[in-house]
Amino acid sequence: MGALSFRAATLAAPFSLATISVLATPAFAGTSEISAADTAWMIVATALVLMMTLPGLALFYSGMVRKKNVLATMAQSLAAVALISILWVAFGYSLAFVGDGPWIGTLDRWFLTGMTMVSVNPAAKTIPESLFMLYQMTFAIITVALVAGSVADRMRFSAYLLFSIGWFVLVYVPLAHWVWGGGFLGAAGVLDFAGGLVVHLSAGAGGLVAAMVLGRRHGYGTENLSPFDLSLAVMGTGLLWVGWFGFNGGSALAANSRAVMAITATHLAACAGALTWGAVEWAIQRKPSVLGMISGAVAGLGTITPASGFVAPWHGIVIGVVAGLVCFWACTWLKRRFEYDDSLDVFGVHGVGGMTGILLAGVFATASIGGTSGLIEGNPHLLLIQLYGVGVTLAWSAGITYALLKLVGVFVPVRVSLRQEMEGLDISQHGEALQ
Amino acid sequence: MKLVVAIIKPFKLDEVRQALTAIGVHGMTVTEVKGYGRQKGHTEIYRGAEYVVNFLPKLRIEIAVSADIADKAVEVIASSARTGQIGDGKIFVTPIDHALRIRTGETDSDAL
Repeated sequence: MGALSFRAATLAAPFSLATISVLATPAFAGTSEISAADTAWMIVATALVLMMTLPGLALFYSGMVRKKNVLATMAQSLAAVALISILWVAFGYSLAFVGDGPWIGTLDRWFLTGMTMVSVNPAAKTIPESLFMLYQMTFAIITVALVAGSVADRMRFSAYLLFSIGWFVLVYVPLAHWVWGGGFLGAAGVLDFAGGLVVHLSAGAGGLVAAMVLGRRHGYGTENLSPFDLSLAVMGTGLLWVGWFGFNGGSALAANSRAVMAITATHLAACAGALTWGAVEWAIQRKPSVLGMISGAVAGLGTITPASGFVAPWHGIVIGVVAGLVCFWACTWLKRRFEYDDSLDVFGVHGVGGMTGILLAGVFATASIGGTSGLIEGNPHLLLIQLYGVGVTLAWSAGITYALLKLVGVFVPVRVSLRQEMEGLDISQHGEALQ
Repeated sequence: MKLVVAIIKPFKLDEVRQALTAIGVHGMTVTEVKGYGRQKGHTEIYRGAEYVVNFLPKLRIEIAVSADIADKAVEVIASSARTGQIGDGKIFVTPIDHALRIRTGETDSDAL
């Protein structure tokens, strides 16, 4: 999603006959030409990213919780889709991507006012503005849904809804604007192709704080909290993995070589992450677990996210290996050392992965791929800029999440009662249960 | 009449069924159960978190047979369910006071 998309003229040319010429109203005259190829790819990419949340993340998460919390965990992903979509159309898109103030956008596209058949967003001039809006909507949805994994098994559903609204407005929308919508982080030169900061680190940092504010699950460290059905999580991983082609590939905002380079690096990082995590477990715990391999794949995917589109394919393998090592360490040693109960390791996988990926983008950025040189091409300054992005995102997401949970707590208890927690969230929050 | 209850490893069901059929036992009830004996449980590790699983999945087979073939039934269950590894299971035999086939109303040995 680099600020303005770089297009490979060679790919676009063959499709020029098929493009829809814009016989625009005077207000939009001469601004752009909508490409049928770009539009077709971005429609697919939008569908892929929506699929990542539902059913991808819903399966991935619910397979890792206990049987009594499976439906409640799915409900969080489902609610994120429904709720955030409406909020995005109402004002989120406009505040994030319309207007280029350093802090926040404008309300000019409030409820999509002024969006027409021919309007485009300056960030993606070859696809309809409505498509750009929808594509970005799917990112907002999955980011909010990701946070929920850290407080799985114990957050009250009503509190989750209130928290999600606040977190979307105060954390996601500003960050998306700062990095991608013309805000100060993008202007400072921070590279975040598809959401290492905006999606993964923000969700991870928010998740970590939320897990600490809510406290550990009842029975954490003493009772058996083993997953209900890891086969669901494996299916979810598959959907996330394929969906990520749309997440990172679509962030090129065009059907071009850069999109395919991003997809290649993404796939390789997932493979390297899965192998690395499995190998580490094999060495330390004597068996490579399925949960370990899927965790490694998702860690690789999250970590390559900001770098894809800026790095060469083989960098994806290196980044995937680093992701497998670092995220394994975060989910085991780090979590034990500081005794927080990040139930589904949102911080360990997404937070640490996103952070690592942002920094590795600063290391491996390749001018011939994304137009920017990183450390290995003799530009150490980029690493400092990336570090700046990490610092701002970490501080903002953590701080706002903390304040927001305290605020939500004024209106409704954030955590369910002990009795409800022991009974399970499915029955206590939704009145349903798996038999 | 005797009720033979056997707790066996799940993957041994087919062998046990075939062995019982071979000696003329033509009905059984199978239930999926969990439990432990000397085998105790095992340890599972999820992202570094270790959990001891005390209850392991087993199958519980119930057959009702006439007293004269009860010993033979126990013998073939034991031989067909045996792996020699810990956790092979147990067999219990108890007397049956009364039996009735619901469809026909036949009782006791006629109902088996």
